[in-house]
This record gives sequence, C-alpha cells and structure tokens, in this order.
Amino acid sequence: MTTLPHPMIRVRGITKKYGEMIGCRDISFDLWPGEVMGIVGESGSGKSTLLGCLSGRLEPTTGSVGYASREFGDIDVHGCAEPVRRKLLRTELGVVHQNPRDGLRLGVTAGANLGERLMSVGARHYGDIRAEALKWLAEVEIEAGRIDHFPKTFSGGMQQRLQIACNLITQPRIVFMDENTGGLDVSVQARLLELLRNLVSRLGLSVIIVTHDLAVARLLAHRLMVMQRGQVVETGLTDQVLDDPQHPYTQLLVSSILQA
Amino acid sequence: MTAATQTPPAVEAGYNYGYLNEQTKRMIRRAILKAVAIPGYQVPFAGREMPMPYGWGTGGIQLSASILGPEDVFKVIDQGADDTTNAVSIRKFFAKVTGVKTTERTGDATVIQTRHRIPETPLKDGQIMVYQVPIPEPLRWVEPREIETRTMHALEEYGVMHVQLYEDIARHGRIATNFMYPVKVNGRYIMSPSPIPKFDNPKLDNSPALHIFGAGREKRIYAIPPHTEVRSLDFEDYPFEVETWDGCCALCGATDSYLDEVILNDSGERMFVCSDTDYCATRRGQGHTGPMADREDISELTGDKPETQDKTA
Repeated sequence: MTTLPHPMIRVRGITKKYGEMIGCRDISFDLWPGEVMGIVGESGSGKSTLLGCLSGRLEPTTGSVGYASREFGDIDVHGCAEPVRRKLLRTELGVVHQNPRDGLRLGVTAGANLGERLMSVGARHYGDIRAEALKWLAEVEIEAGRIDHFPKTFSGGMQQRLQIACNLITQPRIVFMDENTGGLDVSVQARLLELLRNLVSRLGLSVIIVTHDLAVARLLAHRLMVMQRGQVVETGLTDQVLDDPQHPYTQLLVSSILQA
Repeated sequence: MTAATQTPPAVEAGYNYGYLNEQTKRMIRRAILKAVAIPGYQVPFAGREMPMPYGWGTGGIQLSASILGPEDVFKVIDQGADDTTNAVSIRKFFAKVTGVKTTERTGDATVIQTRHRIPETPLKDGQIMVYQVPIPEPLRWVEPREIETRTMHALEEYGVMHVQLYEDIARHGRIATNFMYPVKVNGRYIMSPSPIPKFDNPKLDNSPALHIFGAGREKRIYAIPPHTEVRSLDFEDYPFEVETWDGCCALCGATDSYLDEVILNDSGERMFVCSDTDYCATRRGQGHTGPMADREDISELTGDKPETQDKTA
C-alpha cells in the first residue's frame, strides 16, 4: 500500500468526570491498524477509566471516540445506537479484564465461554462451534481435554489465557487489555506475553494495553502514553520514552525499576 | 369473558365476583391485552396478594380471576391431573367466588388453568390456557441482572440462550433440558413456556387456543395469541426433539401421551401412566386398555371410584 491506512481509532478530547473528580482529562490520539499502544501510570491515574471510555463501556463527559468499523464504516462509538455499540463489543472489539473472572462466565464450561461470542453472532451448529473452540484453546496453549471443565478449576494464568481466547474467537480488530499480567508469577507472565506478541503480530491486531509494569510495556508496546492524575504527561515510541524520559514523573517511574 | 358486574347467586357473599376487585381485574386485563399484542413479551403488572402462598399459582389465579365470566367452564390441572390437591383447591376457589361451572373434560372447558402440562386432547378455537409460571425470565439462568435481561430482550441479543443448550450437549451428548425449554415466539421474543415438559412445546406452535402466562411473585404476564409460530431453540446438528417412551400407558395403552412413572411397591415394581388423567379416563371409557388395566391392587389409579364432592356446579 502506498497510501497511509486509515486510523483504527481516533480519540479526541476525552474527559471523564466522576462528579467533581476527574477520571481522565482531554486525551487525544490515533491508533493505527496493527499498532500496540501501552498506557502506563501510577494507580489512580485514570488508565482504566480511559480504557472504559475507549471501548464504549463508559460514557465520557466530553470528547469522542471514532472507530473505523469493518461492518458499520466510520462510526462514533458513543454517538451510535446502543445495539451497534453492543454488537461491536461482541464482534470487532475485545476487552480483556484485569480479573479474568470479570470476563468469563464461571458457571459454564470453557467451551461454552468460547462459544458464547460465536453464538451471539449467529453460529447455530454445535460441531462447528466446538471445533472453533478447540482451535482457540490450542492457540492459547490450553489442553483440548479441558474444554468441558469449568473455568473456576483453571489456574489464574489459564483463566487469563482462556479470557484472551474468548475475545479473539470472533476475530476482533482492537483488543483492550487491562493489567493482564498482574498477579501471575514471572514465568507464566513471560509465556503469556510471548503468546500475546505472537497473536498480535500474526493476526494484525491493534491493541491498547494498560499496565504499570514497564517491562511489559517495553516488550509489547510500540508506543507509550504516560498518565498521571488523569492527564497524559508524555507520549512517544516506547524505547524513546523509557530510555530518555522527559517528564519528571516518567523519570521517577523509570528510575524506580529495580535493576535485576 | 365479558365483564360481569352482577353477581351470580352461587357466589360466596362478601366477595366481589372473581375475588379481585373490578379495578384490579381491569388492570390485569389491560396487561393481558398488551401481552397478546406483543407475543412473548413479558408485561409487568401490579400483582396482588392472593389467599395462597407464592409458588402455588398466584399468577395463574389472578389471570383466571380476571377473565372468567359467568358462562365459562373452568378446568384446573396440576401435573396433568385434575384430582391433585392444588387443582382441587383452585377449582373449588373459583366455583366459590365466581359460581362458574367446572369440568375435568378438556373438550368442555373454555378456560384451563395449568402448571405442568398442556392437555393431550387438541385445543380448540376459543379455549384459553392459563399458566402458573414460577420463573418467567428465560435468560435468568445466564444473566442474573434484570436490567441486562430486559436490554437483551429489547435488542434481541439472544445468542447467549444457546450457551445453555451447548452445555447440555457438552455434558450429556444431547439437549437434556426437559422442561421450561425456551422457545422463540413469532420470530421475535424468546420466552419460557413455564415448567411444561418439552413434550408439550410443539402443541404451542400454531395453537388455535390463546395461551396466557402469569407469574405472581415476579409480577409478569405474557401470552401466545392463537395461530402464532412458536419455535423451540436448537442447533442445526442437534435438532429439537421431544421425549419418547419405550412402552405405552399401563392403564389405557396410549402411546402418544406424556407418561409418568409410578413406583407401585417396595419390590421395585413400576408402571408408566398418562400424566393427563382426563385423556386416560376418556380413552378407557372408549374401551382402550393397557397391560395393567385389570390389576385390582392399583384400581385407585384408574379413578373408578365414586366422584368426590368436588363438582360444585
């Protein structure tokens, strides 16, 4: 392609207030197809609020999120009708929650969790649904034999991988991830990150990943956005931001990492 | 069905016709009309306290109280039988507060209140089935939040309904849901057909009768108007099927009816009989007999004893 592709998401002036409190203030950026953007910052800096606004689950106080949809064309995520927004969340957008228990149905088996998004877009053939579920279990390195087990019998890392598979099964174009490696031990974290990196590059996903682990950000993200008290204090290429931080808060953040 | 403001002579003194006051009946009739206009949609209504506990049919008797007119003939079935405690009590109650004729014959009834079954005898034009519904929300199993289920109904987001069926097949190799089997009404709303066995689901499809459902505790009314398409949910490779039995009814020999298993004694002897007592009795009256019809020790099951004092009219 010679022409520059269309941005996947156009964020303009997003502000979210909780009463008098500021969740996030005046945030604008573009996200391009295949791009992975990291959002880092201390806890309470508005990362998750921003993610909620971007994925359409949280109505911003002001500002807009434009999305280039496969099915609906260019749309305003918050200005469109509710059925469209909900359909997007089931098909083209994926949300991987910090706690996998928020994104999975614990009362039904792994296979049903995987199949739900397929059935919600009209799949009605049991054999096909099952085959697809097995395929995605393999993608995230969960044994096929676990398909009829309940997610609550899975380890934390497996639940997280299952949740990722549940989101990817309808081939979303953008995946929003919130702190997905927190609480996992380092080796599991490493495998999860490796898996994510592979999936992202193979499927050409655009990803926005919230984290306060700079190592995760360095490994996954092409671009980094540093937030503090609801505002973006620094943006840039990941290496640039981490190796040559300009803002005092970023400098503090980078210097706080323990050198192994 | 026309509003009866005059009280027939047989009615218990001190009670309004049909137990409920006229304003309440009018409110319920409005809800019924709305339910009929939007097949399968759950209409909220201001459910009243009835003289029985929730779970015993408070939704059903409010519907019956609102639609029974002096000319109606009323039948009540519980587990398919006319002679079980709840059926007898509800029938007596309405005989007392409306003075309507009661019957056990499906063909003679104009209003049939039921919990678990639809009669085997095909329903006719002009008949009304009244269901006592425990849990009106078919999505409750997958989604506990009421706001969310209402949104899902509004937006026709029903994919998750199939999760339940998927789980059945994954666990049992077939769709093992046997009652409250979800249906899609008129190509739009997904509806729970109350705890009738899935055996009865096909009887709802294009039925000439009007079916109205009342949930007393949850205060919802919904309906299937006559001649409306009712489809049971399924998968392409696991189509909807009804229960089948190997044998026939031990008393009347019927092979086309829903059979209940009855344990006869401590030595493990058992039999299968029609759950619909009226259907079974009618067939026996016509001379059909099953393999155990002549057994003396189970004669009480055939109901060949003098009728109890239940027939009020």
